[in-house]
Amino acid sequence: MNIRDKVAVIGVGCSKFGENYDMSAEDMIVAAASEAYADARIEPSQIQAAWVGTLSSAMAGNALADPLKLFNIPITRVENYCASGMDAFRNACMAVAAGMYDVVLALGFEKLRDSGQRGLGTFGTHPVIGYGTTAPSLFAMAANRYFATYGIDKRALAKVAVKNHHNGTMSPKAHFQMEVTEEQVLSAPLICSPLGLFDCCPTTDGAAAVIVCRADIAKSFRPDPLLVKGIGLAVTSGEPYLKPGFAYTGFPATAQAAQSAYEQAGMTVKDIDLVECHDCFTITEILNYEDLGLCKKGEGWRYVEEGRASIGGEIPVNPSGGLKSFGHPIGATGIRMIYEVAQHLWNKAGARQVKNAEVGLAHNLGGPGSIGCVTILASS
Amino acid sequence: MAGIVAYGTYIPTYRLPRDLMAKEWGLPSLGGERTVASFDEDSLTMAVNASIDALGNRDPRTLAGVFFASTTSPYREKQAAATVATVLDANPAVRTMDFTDTLRAGTSALLTALDLVRGDQQILVCAGDARMGEPDSQQEQNYGDAGAAIVVGADGVIAEAMGTYTLSQEFLGTWRTEEQDYLRSFPGAFETKFGYNRFIAAAVQGVLQQCGLRPPDITHAAIAAPSQRALQAALRGLGFDLKSQVQETFWNTIGDAGTAQPLLLLAAVLERAKPGDLVLVAGYGDGGDAAVFRVTDAIAGFPIVRSIYSQIEVKRTLPSYGKYARFRKLLRKEYTTTDTSTPVVLLRDQKEILSLHGGKCPQCGTVQFPLHRICIECGYRGGLEEVKLPRTGKLFTFTHDYLTETPDPPTTHAVVDLDGGGRVYVQLTDCEPEQVEIGMPVELTFRKYHEGAGIKNYFWKARPLRK
Repeated sequence: MNIRDKVAVIGVGCSKFGENYDMSAEDMIVAAASEAYADARIEPSQIQAAWVGTLSSAMAGNALADPLKLFNIPITRVENYCASGMDAFRNACMAVAAGMYDVVLALGFEKLRDSGQRGLGTFGTHPVIGYGTTAPSLFAMAANRYFATYGIDKRALAKVAVKNHHNGTMSPKAHFQMEVTEEQVLSAPLICSPLGLFDCCPTTDGAAAVIVCRADIAKSFRPDPLLVKGIGLAVTSGEPYLKPGFAYTGFPATAQAAQSAYEQAGMTVKDIDLVECHDCFTITEILNYEDLGLCKKGEGWRYVEEGRASIGGEIPVNPSGGLKSFGHPIGATGIRMIYEVAQHLWNKAGARQVKNAEVGLAHNLGGPGSIGCVTILASS
Repeated sequence: MAGIVAYGTYIPTYRLPRDLMAKEWGLPSLGGERTVASFDEDSLTMAVNASIDALGNRDPRTLAGVFFASTTSPYREKQAAATVATVLDANPAVRTMDFTDTLRAGTSALLTALDLVRGDQQILVCAGDARMGEPDSQQEQNYGDAGAAIVVGADGVIAEAMGTYTLSQEFLGTWRTEEQDYLRSFPGAFETKFGYNRFIAAAVQGVLQQCGLRPPDITHAAIAAPSQRALQAALRGLGFDLKSQVQETFWNTIGDAGTAQPLLLLAAVLERAKPGDLVLVAGYGDGGDAAVFRVTDAIAGFPIVRSIYSQIEVKRTLPSYGKYARFRKLLRKEYTTTDTSTPVVLLRDQKEILSLHGGKCPQCGTVQFPLHRICIECGYRGGLEEVKLPRTGKLFTFTHDYLTETPDPPTTHAVVDLDGGGRVYVQLTDCEPEQVEIGMPVELTFRKYHEGAGIKNYFWKARPLRK
């Protein structure tokens, strides 16, 4: 089965991302959903089902039912590591494509800062096997392996941080509106070698929402709905560090999900006008270039260095500022990417607008690179 | 002149009979019982509850000040008065202040409020204490937990201040340093003789002189005291009649309630005072404080929300010293980390964790760790052959993790490809971070990873190969 042209995005919303000490999860969820309702020109009563993506901020469908007072409709919580948000969107799209519902809501959120935590802590439940893994340590091991394989060093990573921080200055809802220099990035304190503070996305609060409907009725809501061209999801081993032969120079889950999305869309990377990808760490963005097919294997570091990923470049990557600058409230991120792509396809992205954008790709990555989710959206 | 506008008290529900405490340690019992703040109470909550009664229907937003006194403030750094003010819904512009570190803090807060209050202003003075004597000491029997609050103002006073007197005197009788959990008193009668008796006498005489009064003029004397006996000794020769003039200290029912005690005694006096009565209050600690009030006609209409005596009657007696020990966290629950562990998994995965057994696929030959049910490489489902893994290998990749808390940062996570097959994910130990590089030979060494769930969790780490 192919999802192409069966489902449309008719409205998106996004709360302010950041250190939202003055906002509860409820405040952010209501902000994101209200914007999406207005964008789609619908009333909440028209929503027939909903999916909510969150890693750890709630357990169940009540995460949406209670703040939004969306009672008596089916709501499902989706959790798939950092890809929870886009997988919630994917499930919403599939239910509409299956003909079960006409109009549905997918919303992702995360409230991380209330507890005072920095980062996500450790994963895993085994007493000693896989003990002590943290997000930065897992991706740092990929960075060291990538450096050893291609003979480069962390200066390549710094260029990603500089670009995404620059883009963030043009994103009013981003966590950071702050330029950084290569020197600042390189001299920042180490988090997990070789990754320094500016190689890591921040710990962020936020919520994002999207209204999805049947493509054949989409124009009754707005004249310019966006069409879902393809969505791929791939799950590979969540313990790559125990998988003999795992190369650590890319994430097969991303490549698999991208291939699936391109095939459904009947497109190649040449058709893509902009990419929002999962730059949880600077090394991840470089690996994503290669896994998404923007460039050849081993050339990702050149892709950013040559400015091909910048706004105005070959295929602008993360015009929003990415996870690096926009922030990464885990469950919200995948849907925030859909929100960003929609801003560009609707020509509403302001100073960071990618010109003449008609097709956008969003890529959400979960776990230690083990869950890849790729969505292609187009304006026609 | 300024005076007392309202008062309130708080006596916790729990009692501990001193006989029970004495029996626990084989010490003589001092008799009677003491109050015990429940596990969910502290100096702050008791002061708040007394304050709520004291405020009654008064608009809290008219308070010009909220003063909190205690020697057992819940935070070492962090004001309690600000919390009290917020609970009461006081105006954010209210002046808040904590009076701490001395037993005299309760009366000092009261005297300061009397000095400061002007015009139609009102200042709330509250005190709460839950002081700790060392377990297995008689001192532990002395203390009781309680809260008290006084609203000070100039308009509509039920008792008008006639004078105040303060004596500040350096003296080390009872103390607690930053390192100590329990109060310490110098043994014997030293503190009573050279501290308490002298300072109480000086403060009382000082205020009487200032007001032009003699002891017989006083209707009620509310004088803080570590015990009834100490009070008798202090007043000996001062000219008070203990029976008719002096408020009893609730020694048998509450115990020494610290900074709250003089305010509590003052409230007890006001509960039965009549217009024209002269009331003396005195507090001890690093010197002494005293004040004299003249009760006004307004006392007649003052509504007593919850009298001390009725609160003393409402009680639950703790069945054992152990219960008190749990309430005060005297029995420490052993520290457990947030790390996950369980003996069940340690048993089930014993061969992998301790003996370092992995699996070898009969179909594709891939050696893997742990012992998967299905081959990670080719998906063979017929079961892997259990093999002992080699303990040497090469570093495939690594990171020095400065985020993870450890006594010896950084934590170095490593992926090691073992010689002869099998990949493990372990920590690197016994090495300088600068030495570590991809491809370096390493050997596994048996170590303790963590103590999650109070269990020693042993497993293998890697270290640079030793010749």
